[in-house]
Amino acid sequence: MKTIVNNVRWVVGTSLLTGALGVAAVGIASADEGKWRLFGGDDDEHGEYEEHRSSKSMPIDNSPERQLYVDECAACHMAYPADFLPERSWRKMMSGLDNHFGENAELDAQTQTAVTDYLVAHSGENSSNRRAKKFLRSVNSKQTPLRITELSYFKRKHDEVPDRLVTGNPDVGSFSQCQACHGDKAEQGYFNDDTVDIPNHGRWDD
Amino acid sequence: MKSNRILVALLISLVSVNGYATPLSDTLIKRYESISGQEANAQSGETFWNQDNNGRSCNSCHGSDVTQTGKHVKTKRVIKPLAPSVNTERLTDENEIEKWFKRNCKWTVKRECTPSEKADVLKWLSSQ
Repeated sequence: MKTIVNNVRWVVGTSLLTGALGVAAVGIASADEGKWRLFGGDDDEHGEYEEHRSSKSMPIDNSPERQLYVDECAACHMAYPADFLPERSWRKMMSGLDNHFGENAELDAQTQTAVTDYLVAHSGENSSNRRAKKFLRSVNSKQTPLRITELSYFKRKHDEVPDRLVTGNPDVGSFSQCQACHGDKAEQGYFNDDTVDIPNHGRWDD
Repeated sequence: MKSNRILVALLISLVSVNGYATPLSDTLIKRYESISGQEANAQSGETFWNQDNNGRSCNSCHGSDVTQTGKHVKTKRVIKPLAPSVNTERLTDENEIEKWFKRNCKWTVKRECTPSEKADVLKWLSSQ
């Protein structure tokens, strides 16, 4: 009986999801045009647009290596884009999983190596993503940061966002909750302003 | 039609006797029992699940009703229900079960769980 109910749920769920994705795709396409017309002349925004375009055409990584990363790490938190940190940061992170920001996140040795390999292969140094390059340039070469939120590029991009909308917002909680405001596309590395929707506040126009 | 009814009746009786145990959860429970020498007890599993350990509990993230979605207490990540009755993927992968017991016991009770505790929790979970 449960199986039948589950099957029906699956069919209904899939149809709803497909419809929602269709609507979202149309919305994003039109937002994209609007942004280009409004801000196309600005240098920084031009850069954003280039990023936007490249992330649109960027194929979604369905590799088993990424899937492993998602399965192992994104069970507890967002699958942070690997190219927002340099290689040395990921190596340090992955060698200290028994105390992962105060949590135990241990993996068996084989999985730990495989996830590290994925993160290193897609780290900032190995990425052509413009935003990833900006992150990398903002890292002090003598430091090995573990938190993306502490990088100066991150801080610069969020310096106008008041704390009350993030740490003081029950549906956000901290700046590490990218997806809370940037939406589900954040996990695919898409962070442009047009998808920002701050819970209990609304869209963000800077 | 008749054979279908018999099949449905048989399935319902299986569910009522064994809860939502999977072949794997049964195997693991037997293994833990043979190590600890103690029979798994679903009620002890539920008590363990909800016991407070200096502000941390299994239910901090998974909730007390495991047929519902949980939420990671720190990251707020949504956790799919653990109950096999509503999430058929649960209790089907030995590596997953062992990995999460190891990680989450260390978080919750600051040590690895004993085979007896794991058997009790699995027994309770497989009835949910």
